[in-house]
This record gives sequence, structure tokens and C-alpha cells, in this order.
Amino acid sequence: MIELRDINRVFDVGDEQVHALQDINLDIADGEYISIMGPSGSGKSTLLNMLGLLDQPTSGSYRLNDTNVTELSDREQANVRLHNIGFVFQFFHLVPRLSAANNIELPLILAGIEPRQRQVRVTRLLEQLSISDRGQHRPDQLSGGQRQRVAIARATVMQPELILADEPTGNLDRASGEDVVEVLEELNRAGMTLLVVTHDPELGRRAKRRIRMVDGCITEDIRSEPAQADSTAEPLTSEQVQAEQMRFDNLLNEEALEQLQEYQEQVPYNLRNDRS
Amino acid sequence: MRFIDSTSFCFHALSAHRSRTSLMLLAMSIGVASVVVLTSLGEGARLYVVSQFASLGSDMLIVVPGRAETTGAMPPLLGEIPRDLTLDDSLALYRERSIEYVAPLLAGTAPVSNKQLERELTVIGSTPEYFKVRKLTMLQGKFLPPGDPKRARQVCVLGEKAKNELFGSGRAIGKWVRINDRRFRVIGVLKSAGAALGAGLNDAVVIPVAAAQALFNSNSMFRVLVQAKNRQSIARAQSAMIKILRERHDGEDDVTVIQQDAMLATFDRIFSALTFTVAGIAAISLGVAGVLIMNVMLIAISQRTHEIGLLKAIGAHRRQIIQLFLLEAAMLAIFGAIIGLLIAYLMSSIIAQMMPSFPVTIPTWSPIVAVVTAIATGLVFGIMPARNAAALNPVIALGKR
Repeated sequence: MIELRDINRVFDVGDEQVHALQDINLDIADGEYISIMGPSGSGKSTLLNMLGLLDQPTSGSYRLNDTNVTELSDREQANVRLHNIGFVFQFFHLVPRLSAANNIELPLILAGIEPRQRQVRVTRLLEQLSISDRGQHRPDQLSGGQRQRVAIARATVMQPELILADEPTGNLDRASGEDVVEVLEELNRAGMTLLVVTHDPELGRRAKRRIRMVDGCITEDIRSEPAQADSTAEPLTSEQVQAEQMRFDNLLNEEALEQLQEYQEQVPYNLRNDRS
Repeated sequence: MRFIDSTSFCFHALSAHRSRTSLMLLAMSIGVASVVVLTSLGEGARLYVVSQFASLGSDMLIVVPGRAETTGAMPPLLGEIPRDLTLDDSLALYRERSIEYVAPLLAGTAPVSNKQLERELTVIGSTPEYFKVRKLTMLQGKFLPPGDPKRARQVCVLGEKAKNELFGSGRAIGKWVRINDRRFRVIGVLKSAGAALGAGLNDAVVIPVAAAQALFNSNSMFRVLVQAKNRQSIARAQSAMIKILRERHDGEDDVTVIQQDAMLATFDRIFSALTFTVAGIAAISLGVAGVLIMNVMLIAISQRTHEIGLLKAIGAHRRQIIQLFLLEAAMLAIFGAIIGLLIAYLMSSIIAQMMPSFPVTIPTWSPIVAVVTAIATGLVFGIMPARNAAALNPVIALGKR
């Protein structure tokens, strides 16, 4: 389904050049469930944006369903995003003034589908994600978990083959994060290819194929049956819980630092783009 | 994307930012309203002047005593008083065959009374021809009888308002009125008609010219109205009149002949130019509204970067985003224009109420021009923000927090 060959992505940062992606080769088959992990600045978000056609590689080829999508025009790429790819973001990115149902409807509107059919599809999705009673609520009247469900519904309303999720649980508490992951995994079981970028090792471990990135390179690509969580695991001792807690705190600090780095990386990139 | 969906999307976007939207609508509607109202005032002024002239008749010439030009020379020591324009002068104009009627006018004000009722009225001394030249109509009775213009018959014709003031609803024909210390018998009442350059006959009294000469103790005519046989002979009549009067005034050109048509055309041009000028000035406010639209659209785009990034991520292409934002600008312009038109029609009807004699008319072209200009400025000033929006890099647009 996806075939990446020698993908490079170089950002100009002042006089320096930063290789966000270096010689990435990756094949993804239909229906896979992949997690991408790695420290921030390792290029995993860039890879995700590239796969979603939001970013262009500096060199290399990207074939999606046997089409070299990097050569497509803006309109054709937009069409691929519309019909073949669904995005799920950490910050949901719902349009605040539109109701949940209208947010889900957006891709259908862009595709020019007639209103009656839109309504049928939206209602069905709201039912599937058990948020039927929330259809007329605006995003600010929804909980985080509900918002992410609406965002997932929007990503899947066009029946894409590929779901790209960038830290889908990063802004959710544990329970609703768990919920959201289950919804995504359900979609994967129904045949959609699922790619999750995450910092959360537990979430990463659930994927059948786990990719690790460091400094723009793929350093690990493990295929296995996911570790069965909870059911086989033994109850943790209190020291283990404490250790886990400390690790989690450190992770949070690490995350903050990484976000800062990411931000610094984006500023000059922004300037560079304005000039062109 | 279906047009109706784009429209409702933009409508939602506009109604979500109420204060911003209403400010832009206000600016746009002020622009449109000022164009329409100012042109309607200009057009009203033009129509007013045209109607004033039209009530005088267009094949008319007016002789005014005195030269309407300055030579810049020193006035002669033994002051050379311009000769009066006399009754004989005006009667002499009949020598010219292209002249149909000559109506000398001698005007003044005098107290006019019926018993205890007294009014200060305009008294006009003239001949029966005045009736024809001014195209008057009678309400009751007859106009001045034909006969020797030098005979001072003690009869008068009242304007409609003058009659009502002096006689109320009672009968006036055959009654006597006193003008200064002379008695005149009322023989007719004029039907009120459009005022002619302020000289309405509604509250005037018309008496034979010879009687007026005696009443005001003056031989000098105020005006001589001349009607040519037809429109083609106006120029000939004009030069003939000047020639006759020059002969009679010892070779001096001491009268001015005004041609009604030429004056009308000049005023028409002046007022048309004036209308376009005010329209142009008002159009500047439309331009300002356009700049405001651009400004606010730019702000809207910077506030809605997430939304734009999202639209791109879920499959909107560049053209769709440009179209959405242009449509938003166009909708603002159209709604603003509609509100502006409503305001304009409301204001012009208020003005019409306050000044009933002033024909406030909205020329058909002005709302069309105003609305088209409004939409055009909305689109032109919307292009830049829309292109900016479409050019946003989705990764950055989504990444901003």
C-alpha cells in the first residue's frame, strides 16, 4: 500500500541544514497496525505529515497504492487526503463553531456529497461511536474523549484506507485515552491501516508493528503479536508503582523539553516558507 | 463542494463572530447608503431646477434691463444711467415676425385688502399675453381682457392662495379689493401651478401693466417675457430683439436676453456633474469599507489558522479555500449593500417627508452602481487574504497553539 524509498526531508535552520528524515525506506501493507515511537525531533511527526501529504519530501519517492503521490498537483493531493487518508490529531482540531455532527460532515461537504446521504453517514458514525446524543453539541460542550471520538468520526467518514494518528491520547486522561485507542483499534480490525505516533510506550506496545526513530532514521522495526496487556501481567508491587510513577513524571518533563525543541525547529521553517 | 454548502459554511463563520461581522456590515452599508443618498440629493436638485425651468416654457426668452457683463472701464463722470426698459420698448418687439407674444412685467409688493383683511402681496403688472407666455390656467373668471395695454383698467386677477386669504371660501369674482389706495375689481382667480424660479403666482395679484405703472409710479419694466413662434426661431428672435432695443436705446446694448433652453441645459450639466462628484466622494467610503474588509479578513485568517490547516488536512484544495474566503468577503459586501440600500431608501423617504417641494429621487443607476462597487471592492480586497489563507502551510497551521 505504502512504499517509501530514500525519503529525505531537510529543513533550513539559519545557515544550518537539519535532516528531519534521512534515507527512510518503509513498506506498509494494507490493514497493518503500526506505532512510531522515538524522542521528539526524531522526525516521527514529519514522517506522519509526509505520509499524510501535508509535507513534501526533499528527495525520494512515496508511492501510495502504486501512485507516486509526490508528483501530484495540489488538487490531486487534496483529493488523496480527502478520499484515502484520515487524520487524528492530539489537539482534536474541531471547528469550534460547528456542532459535532457538522464537524463530522465537513469532509463529506468538501467532497460535494448530497445532504441526505451525508446525514445517513453521520448518524451511522455517531451511533457506532456511541455519541448519538452529542451530535448537536458544540466541541466546547464535549469532554476530551468525546471530542477525540468526533475527530475520529470525521477522519473515517470518507472510509479512508489509512488512518494517521498523531499522539491521539496525548491530551486525554487515561480512561478516555484507553477508550479512544480502542475505537482506533476497532477501525483497524475492520480493515483500515492504522499508524500511530506516540510517546506513550504502553500505547506503542499495543501495535503489531513497532517502529522506533532516532535522529530522522528508523532504528527499529519490530513485527510481533502485541503483548497482551493486563490479563497476563502480574499485579505490581508498591515499589514498582512508585517507580512507574517517577518514570511517568520524568516522561512529562522530557515531553515538555521535546515540545520546546520542536517549536524551535518550526520557527525558522516557517520563515523559510514565507520567503518562497 | 456544493455552492449551498459553501454558503452555509461561510454564513456560520460570519455569524460566529458577531461583533466583527456587524462592524464590517456597518462600514459597507454606510458606504452604499452614502452613495445612494448623495446621488439622490444631487438628482433631486437637478430635477428641481429642470422642473422650475420647464414650468416657464422652453421657447421663451427673457429680457432683463442692464448688461450682464463688466467692462472694467472707469464709470463715466456724468453717471450714464442705463435706460429703462419701457412699455413702448416691449411693444416695439412686435415688429419682429418671429415673435409670437410679448409680455412686459412690472413687479412690486403692495398691501392688498378686502375690508379688514389685508395682505402684503406681490403685484404684477402685465398684459393678457402673460397668460399665454406663462401657460397659466384659470380657476374662476377670466384673465386680463385684451385691449390697449396703455389703458389702466382697474381690474385684477388673484392667485389662488391670495384669493383664499382675502376672501376665504367666499366668492371673489366681481368683488373689489384695495391695492395701496386704489380699488380694483376681481375678474378672475388663477389656478395654482408649479412655482417658477421662486416667482410663484399663488400669492400674487396680476393687474394691467398701465395700472401697475400708476400704482408704483414707475415706467421701468422688471422683465419682458417673449415667446418665439417656435423653437427654430428662438435664435432669430433673440438677435432681432437685441437689434430693436439697441435702435431704441441710441445704439447702446443695455439689455440682456436670456435664453431659457440654454440656461436649462447649463444647469442640467452643472447638476449632473455635481451628482457624479458627490457619488465619487461617497464611493471613497466604499473603498474604505473594502480596506476594512481586507483587514478584518486578514485577522480572521490569523485567528482561524487551525481551521484552515484542518480543512487542508481533510482534503480541501487551494482553490476551495480561496473560494471559501472570497465567498465570505462577498457575502459581507452583499449583506452590507442590502442594509445600505435599506438605509438609503429610508433616509430619502425621510428627506422627502421633510422637504415636500424638493423632489428627492434615487436615480436608477445609483443603487446598481453602489451595489456592484460594493461587491467588487469586497472581492478585490478579499483576494489577498484568501490567497494568504490558501498558501498557509498545513503543518504549521495545525502546529500553532
